[in-house]
Amino acid sequence: MESPASVAAALTAEGYLPDERIAQVVYLAGRLQKPILVEGPAGVGKTELAKALAKLTGRRLIRLQCYEGLDESKALYEWNYKKQLLRIQADSDRDWSEIEDDIFAEEFLLTRPLLEAIRSDRPVVLLIDEVDRVEIETEALLLEILSDFQVSIPELGTITANSTPLVVLTSNNTRELSEALKRRCLFLHIAYPEADREKEILLHRVPGITEHLATQIARLVRSIRALDLKKAPSVSETIDWARTLLALSIEHVDEKVVGETLHVLLKYQTDIEKAAKEFATPAASSS
Amino acid sequence: MIDLLTDFITELRAAGIPVSMVEAIDAMEAVRHVDLADREGLKAALGATLVKNERHYQAFEVAFEVFFAHHRGPVAGEDHSTQGPSPNGSQQAGSGGGEADLDSLLESLFQALLSGDMASMEAAARRAVTEFAGIEPGRPVGGTYYLYRTLRRLDLDALRQRLLDAVLAEVDDHDQLDQRLAREDVEAMIGRLRRELADEIRRRLVADRGRLSVARTLRQPLVEDLNLMHATRTDLEEIEEVIDPLTRKLAARLARRRRLLRSGRLDFRKTVRRSLASGGVPLDPAFRKARPHRPEVFLLCDISGSMATFARFTLQFTYAMAAHFSRLRTFVFIDTVDEVTRYFGPGVDFGEAIGRIATEAEAVWLDGHSDYGNSFARFEERYGPEISPRTTLIITGDARNNYRPGKPEVLSQIRSRARALYWLNPEPRSYWDSGDSIMGRYEPFCDGVFEVRTLRQLEHFVEQLSLPGHLVGTRQGNAQPQATLSR
Repeated sequence: MESPASVAAALTAEGYLPDERIAQVVYLAGRLQKPILVEGPAGVGKTELAKALAKLTGRRLIRLQCYEGLDESKALYEWNYKKQLLRIQADSDRDWSEIEDDIFAEEFLLTRPLLEAIRSDRPVVLLIDEVDRVEIETEALLLEILSDFQVSIPELGTITANSTPLVVLTSNNTRELSEALKRRCLFLHIAYPEADREKEILLHRVPGITEHLATQIARLVRSIRALDLKKAPSVSETIDWARTLLALSIEHVDEKVVGETLHVLLKYQTDIEKAAKEFATPAASSS
Repeated sequence: MIDLLTDFITELRAAGIPVSMVEAIDAMEAVRHVDLADREGLKAALGATLVKNERHYQAFEVAFEVFFAHHRGPVAGEDHSTQGPSPNGSQQAGSGGGEADLDSLLESLFQALLSGDMASMEAAARRAVTEFAGIEPGRPVGGTYYLYRTLRRLDLDALRQRLLDAVLAEVDDHDQLDQRLAREDVEAMIGRLRRELADEIRRRLVADRGRLSVARTLRQPLVEDLNLMHATRTDLEEIEEVIDPLTRKLAARLARRRRLLRSGRLDFRKTVRRSLASGGVPLDPAFRKARPHRPEVFLLCDISGSMATFARFTLQFTYAMAAHFSRLRTFVFIDTVDEVTRYFGPGVDFGEAIGRIATEAEAVWLDGHSDYGNSFARFEERYGPEISPRTTLIITGDARNNYRPGKPEVLSQIRSRARALYWLNPEPRSYWDSGDSIMGRYEPFCDGVFEVRTLRQLEHFVEQLSLPGHLVGTRQGNAQPQATLSR
C-alpha cells in the first residue's frame, strides 16, 4: 500500500471498486495503523470492503458479528470453567495454590474473535460487523483493542498483538456510537454510488452485461433512490436485478420490464407500488 | 501548514463540529502521509480524521472549500487574474456584458455539459462568474446574491431546454422510461453547473476577503441546531434522516430496566436437570428469564396552528417511534383530543398519515384555538382508565391556552396514574409564562419539562431519561447549546 492510487488498483483487482475517498481512507488506515469505522446504508458494500482488504493483503479475516446482548465472554475470551471444575475435582488432594496456577493457564482459555485476532501469529484483518447493534456499554470492550491492540486478562496479564491487525468496523448508523469509539477510528461514510460508478460496478460484477444495459440500470436505480422509499435499493440488490435481467435475456429496460421485475430491487410492497406508479405503465404494474 | 490546519479546526469547532484534541493530532499526522497537491486526497484524509458524523460532513465540506480553495491559473483567452477581479471591469461587464460574449459562453457551456467535459465546463463557469457576477470587493456577503446575478444572466432554463432537446433527440419517442431518465440526466448536469458556479464565487470571495471572514459568513447551523418551529421543507427532510437513530435511542432508554434484569434469578429445577449430564455437578446453571419490561408510551401532541411545523416534526418522530414500541399510542389535540394511533400502522406512508390526521381526526371541538384545559379533561375522561403505572406520558405543546381555564388539577390526576409525565415545549424558556402561556402552572405536575426546539435538545431529553434518579429537579433539564458543544 504505497499510495491511494495503488490501493485503489489493488482493490479493483479484488473485485471491489473504491471511490477516491475509500481508497484514501484505506491507505491512511494502513499508514496510521488505525481502525476504520465504515458507516452507510445497508448494502453499499461495507462488509465487502473488509473482505476485499483481507484478500488483497493475503491476511486471514476474523469476523465478529455484533448483536444485542453481545458480551465479554462472546467477544473477547472466556474461561472454560467446565474444564476448570473437572480439573479441580480430578486432583482434589493437591495443594490449592498449585491448582490455582494450573487452572488459569492458557489451556483453559477459550478465545473469542477479538482475542483471536490479537493472538494470531499471522497478521489478520479484523472485521467488527454492525457495531451499532451492541449496547453502548458493550462498546467499551472494544476500546482497548482499537487504540492499543491489546487485551488485558486479569489472571494472565496483558496480551499484545504480534502484528497490528487491520481493523474494520461497520455500522448501519441505527444509533450514535460513543465518542470514545469514534475518536479511535478513521471515519468513512459510504453512500450509494454515483450512477457512473454504479455502472462500473455492474460491468465488473455481472459478467456478460452490455454497456447499454448497465448504464440504463444505473440511471434507473439512481432515479428510484430519489423517490421517498422505506428502503432504497442497495448496490447488492442492483446487482441482483442486473443478473435477473440478464438471465431473462433482456437487453433493454422499458416500462413493462420494470413493472415485472421490480420486486427484485425493492422489498416492501408499498415501495414497489410507489415505484411502479412512477416508472411502469399502468398495464404493466397491474399484471 | 500547521497554522492553516489549526485555523481550519477552529473554524470547524465554531461551526459546531466537535473536534477533540486527539482527532486534531490525528489530522496533522494524516496530512504528513498525503500528497498535498491532491486536493481530494487531502479532503478525504481530513474528513476521515476530523469528522466522525456524516451529518457534519456538509459543514466540513463548506469549510474545506474555503480553506483549501483551488488556486488555478488564468484560463486561456481570459486576462482576469483569479486572485480578484478588478472591481470596475467586472462591474461594467455585469451590467453591460456583450451579447456576443454571452452567446459564445452559453455555447461552450452547452457543449461542455453535453459531452461531459468537466474541465471546459469549469473554465466556462469561471468565465461566467467573471463576466456576470459583478463581485464587489470587500462586501461581507455569502455569495448568494452573486450567484443569483450570474444565474439570471445565464438563463439556465433556456440552457436546460436546449440540453433536453439535444438529449431527447437521441432517444426513442415512445420510450417514456428513457425520456424520463434523459430528463434526469439533464437535471444532474444543470445541478453540477450550479454547484460549480457557487464554488467559483466562493473562491473569489476567499481571495477577496480572506478565509476566516468568508467561513464565518458561510457558516450554517447543523441539522441538530435547526429550529424546529421554523424549519423549512428541506430542513425537515434533513431532520427526517436523523430521527430514526434517535428514536432507537429513546426506545433503548425506556426499555433499559429490562436489560438490567436480564441475568434473572437462578432456575433451580433446570439447573439440577442439566447437572445430570455432568454427573450431578452443576456446571451449567440455568436462569429464569426476567419478564420483559414493556414500556408503554402515550404521546399527546398539540397540532394547533401555532404548532403546525413543530407538530409535523413530533408526528414524524412518533411515526419513527412506532417501529420500536409495540405499545405506543398517539393522541392529537387542539381544543379536544382524539386518538390517532391507527393512522401509524406498519407500512403506512408518513405523508398519507399526516393527511388523514388533518382531515379525519377530531381535535377541534369549538373554534380551533388551543384549549389545554378542555383537552386534558376530555383525555382523562376518555382514556384515563387506560393509563397504568407502566405508562410514560409525553406531552408536546407550547402551553399557550388562549386565556382559557388551564385545569392543572386534571393534569395532576392524569399524572398520578402514570409512571412518568414529560412535557416538551418548543418555545424558548424565556417566553414561558408570558402572554397566554401557562407552562408554570403545569410544570409542578410534570417529572420533567424540557425546552425542545432543536434535535440536539431532543437528544438531550432522551439522554436525561437514562440518568439514575433522573429528572428530580425539573429546572436542571435544559441544556445550553454551548455546554453541549464542548462535550
